[in-house]
Amino acid sequence: MRLHEYQAKSVFADAGIPTPDATLASSVDEVVEAAEDIGYPVAVKAQVHVGGRGKAGGIKLAESRDEAEQVADEILGMDLKGYHVDRVLVEEAVDFVNELYVGVTMDRGEGKPVAMVSTKGGVDIESVAEETPDAIAREHIDPAFGMHPYQARKVVYDAGVPRELARDVASVLQTMYQLWDDRDASEVEINPLMVTDDDEIIAADAVMNIDDDALFRQQELAEMEEETFEDDLERKASEYGFDYVRLSGNVGIIGNGAGLVMTTLDLVDYYGGEPANFLDIGGGAKAERVANALDMVFSDENVDAVVFNIFGGITRGDEVAKGINSALEQFDEIPKPVVVRLAGTNAEEGREILNDELVTVEETLEDAVQRTVEYSEEEAQ
Amino acid sequence: MSVLVDSDTRVVVQGITGGEGKFHAEQMMDYGTNVVAGAVPGKGGQEVNGVPVYDTVHEAAREEDADASVVFVPPAFAGDAVFEALDAPLDLVVAITEGIPTQDMAKVNKRLSEVDTRLIGPNCPGIITPGESKLGILPGNIFESGEVGLVSRSGTLTYQVVDNLTSRGIGQTTAIGIGGDPIIGTDFIDALELFENDPDTKAVVMCGEIGGEDEEEAAQFIAENMDTPVAGFIAGRTAPPGKRMGHAGAIVSGSGTGTAESKINALNDAGVPVGDTPNEVADHIEDFL
Repeated sequence: MRLHEYQAKSVFADAGIPTPDATLASSVDEVVEAAEDIGYPVAVKAQVHVGGRGKAGGIKLAESRDEAEQVADEILGMDLKGYHVDRVLVEEAVDFVNELYVGVTMDRGEGKPVAMVSTKGGVDIESVAEETPDAIAREHIDPAFGMHPYQARKVVYDAGVPRELARDVASVLQTMYQLWDDRDASEVEINPLMVTDDDEIIAADAVMNIDDDALFRQQELAEMEEETFEDDLERKASEYGFDYVRLSGNVGIIGNGAGLVMTTLDLVDYYGGEPANFLDIGGGAKAERVANALDMVFSDENVDAVVFNIFGGITRGDEVAKGINSALEQFDEIPKPVVVRLAGTNAEEGREILNDELVTVEETLEDAVQRTVEYSEEEAQ
Repeated sequence: MSVLVDSDTRVVVQGITGGEGKFHAEQMMDYGTNVVAGAVPGKGGQEVNGVPVYDTVHEAAREEDADASVVFVPPAFAGDAVFEALDAPLDLVVAITEGIPTQDMAKVNKRLSEVDTRLIGPNCPGIITPGESKLGILPGNIFESGEVGLVSRSGTLTYQVVDNLTSRGIGQTTAIGIGGDPIIGTDFIDALELFENDPDTKAVVMCGEIGGEDEEEAAQFIAENMDTPVAGFIAGRTAPPGKRMGHAGAIVSGSGTGTAESKINALNDAGVPVGDTPNEVADHIEDFL
């Protein structure tokens, strides 16, 4: 779960990290009112989960009432990389002389959290990491002991942060690690951490991602979640509790287990088709869940044919077959051809249950995918 | 022969009184696994399918001389359950549970570096030595005893590849599902090393997927340390960058590493043929044998 900038900043501010004066606004009038209160210049920042908001036109400066009105009008309601902007953060524009990067994330290779500091903040830190990795100082943290103060100091000095700032930056980093640890974060980041001409530091942006698997013990943060979906299908997938990713093709794909579903997508591509989605029904799915999956994929207008690929371990082929039958028997005419491949636990029982008049049954994965691609090509014509 | 588990392995099922634990304990016993105890806090003294249940893993290990456990404990308590098994201590712990918080696993990972216990998983289908023992949820009937070792990040993909092997008469020494999470116990390199040192494993299948750099590191290990031939498969060629494809670990960062392409290239450079389809993986293995 990713917090919005304004949410992450409030978490940071509560923990004692300096943040700029800011107000959330959802209309032009509210923006102007907030800007008048804060005092010009202000930054008006779209609150959507999109990287590179600035470059995409989602962050603009306003130096006067007229400008505030104008940029509020431009940003509110805009489409930012597929996301509708309905709220902005109106924020004091900080005068700065320097920009730093400070972050804590999980180094999955090491299986440990890593703290990072760089004096090359403010720009695209990913390209800094790629082109000049030495420009980012790193310190791995033992998750059993947490971050020792010396480690915070060490990484700050290693990064070459000026001595007069080092104490304050180390303190911010220490607080960030504490948040990372207490809140089950997967990523905590400030970029840029701005330095003013009188050596004050202030978090001009804030990123906080929380491990979805730990939300059960992070109730306060879980309640901040604002579901934002790119389209109705993703909303539906969330309601049904599926792992679902919409893609641009016309072959609908349903399967069990992430690796096997990805493989099915790859095979559709290999045999000349284009996947319309990734849909994992998960382990041990019962008939109703299978019917929901078919409902989802049928409601995607782009889909011309559907392949069902089940290799049961926990999942039982007879349950899957019942689900497919019950989903399809509702229709007078099947909306799109469905190809089914069942293997593993109770696959034979499943194949006996399946209604051959409603679906095409194939024995192997390869045959099932090829048949579906053929159907999708015929339907597309 | 086999690696890690055989018919002598004495298994504790942690969470044996829960729905999943009970069902799969029965499945494992039907397969021939030597399940000697269950461990569930507060349920000591009960029996499940004739197997005695203890309150603690320590007690189960002591009373029944167990050396391995399979964890079917809900995610909120699974990290603690693994710690308990490491402390018992057991030689092998297989964690089936999906959805353990990553920070819990980071702490488990730290503890693992201090003990001799081997962890497989979490979020994995388990491990099987066909005809002898299975610890986990894999469907036993598709496996056959033979000469090929298999290591995979994905459960159902493991079943698919095994099916392609078994259907043409190619059996397996041991199959290990290492799991799809960002932080896991046994990784590709650990498993490859076990197979390399097993005289009965004549070829190895390695099934990877997008996300992380484990496959790239494994490729380097194969090139430098292995005489046993390896064939590979990588799932997620068509996955768009930045999207999480089901597995917590299966996400392409968008920075050029962790993609299917970079993994396939690394494997090819290490002399490992990578199948475009699971069936092609079986073709490559057939050529090796």
